[in-house]
Amino acid sequence: MSINRRQFLKIAGISTIVGLGGTTAVDLLQRNWLEAAQYSPNPKALTAKRWAMVVDVSKLKTEDDYKKIMDACHREHNVPDLGNPKDEIKWIWKETYEHAFPGQEHEYLAEGIKHKPFLVLCNHCDNPSCVRVCPTKATFKRKDGIVMMDMHRCIGCRFCMAACPFGARSFNWKDPRPFIKEENKEFPARMRGVVEKCTFCYERLAKGLKPACVEASNGALVFGDLKDPESEARKILRLNYTIRRKSELGTQPSVYYIIGGNDHA
Amino acid sequence: MYNGIKIIIGLLIFAALVTFPFYSKMGKATAKPDPKVDTPEIQKLAEKKCVEPKEFMKTEHMKMLNDWRDTVVREGNLIYVSSDGKKYTISLQNTCMNCHSNKKKFCDECHNYSAVIPYCWDCHIEPKENKT
Ligand code: HEC
Ligand code: HEC
Ligand code: HEC
Repeated sequence: MSINRRQFLKIAGISTIVGLGGTTAVDLLQRNWLEAAQYSPNPKALTAKRWAMVVDVSKLKTEDDYKKIMDACHREHNVPDLGNPKDEIKWIWKETYEHAFPGQEHEYLAEGIKHKPFLVLCNHCDNPSCVRVCPTKATFKRKDGIVMMDMHRCIGCRFCMAACPFGARSFNWKDPRPFIKEENKEFPARMRGVVEKCTFCYERLAKGLKPACVEASNGALVFGDLKDPESEARKILRLNYTIRRKSELGTQPSVYYIIGGNDHA
Repeated sequence: MYNGIKIIIGLLIFAALVTFPFYSKMGKATAKPDPKVDTPEIQKLAEKKCVEPKEFMKTEHMKMLNDWRDTVVREGNLIYVSSDGKKYTISLQNTCMNCHSNKKKFCDECHNYSAVIPYCWDCHIEPKENKT
């Protein structure tokens, strides 16, 4: 038996309608199950229109000042220490002036700056190139400006790492679990084959806490809302000369640096 | 018929091999899963109830966990209001596993039976099983 084109189209059309109707019916039934259940943000959460950070480099003096900040972040988020720069996983780390601000360095730079380490982290750009290239939307920009990482969707393609001009992203070449010194039981770890980075501690903000690095920094890192003229971050930006990393690339970083030594606040 | 004998013997061997898994298990009933809900945290509850009714949890917990992770990671929510109006902090490690701290005797009990291996524990940290 053979069917002509007209019959085929009729059958195809009817099956499509039955198929679509069927799934909708199933969806509706399942929705009804939990009609009363809902999701809501924590009323105590810290919120902003545009989160940003100011790093006052002049307040970071000893090796210990840096270590406290980096350890606070890495302990909180189960960041492994693989002990080898090739596989290194980092959320916040030290960089030299010429690497942090390439193009700004010159031969006669003040000694104090030439050899000073600069704390760097994900810049949570307004115009993030990593988000544009991510094929699964695993990395995306939230309404409050945080460039988020959804580990559940990451397929490890590393386009984002190629796109990020700041090297803020690390890839898990190995299973990181054996390299975590003390596991923080309240936060997940990661697995081999995903990319990770700083998330501005979105999980702490949701609980009403400031980021772990800011809390450990003794005032050297300031966190606040760029769109609120009264926020602490805006006050500091008003009073000091600040620069951003590679601003000429147009990604609009939201991490600002105070280089000079004059006191503020 | 050519080679009739060979074909019939071949067919018999084939049938024996294909049905091997069935008769090798005959009479040996696999123990039904028996998830234990007797953890210290659950003993403390006045009402021994899950976040949603038991029947719902049994069939829908995987979908619920998917919703939970999307709402936290992608929408920034943290509170789940259950259908009977109770509030829970949304977290796999800190909420589900706080009550169900006996993962081996609870989650794994069913999952081994039905041969599902959720990959969640590649990243999420399992509760320390305390032998009690
Ligand atoms: C407040 C403590 C508590 C929390 C939180 C909790 N549960 Fe439960 N859960 C229970 C109790 C008690 C039962 C047994 C309910 C009963 O017997 O009626 C149960 C039952 C279940 C069952 C059905 C077991 C069976 O025997 O069929 C599943 C599945 C389940 N929970 C999964 C989860 C998941 C997944 C989460 C996180 C989304 C979770 N539970 C969070 C206390 C809790
Ligand atoms: C009553 C038995 C039962 C209990 C108890 C149970 N599960 Fe399940 N779970 C299942 C079954 C059956 C499936 C597979 C469903 C399917 O494949 O459609 C499943 C699937 C899942 C999945 C999806 C896996 C995948 O690969 O898609 C997750 C995640 C999950 N369970 C988490 C949990 C957690 C966490 C607990 C303990 C708190 C738990 N389950 C306890 C029966 C159970
Ligand atoms: C590649 C690593 C990875 C895998 C695999 C993974 N998760 Fe996650 N998950 C994370 C990270 C990182 C977070 C964000 C942590 C936070 O917000 O506290 C998270 C958050 C969550 C959250 C919300 C916050 C919380 O504290 O629980 C849920 C729910 C969740 N995951 C469920 C799952 C389930 C269910 C699976 C398995 C089907 C799974 N995850 C597999 C890394 C992973």
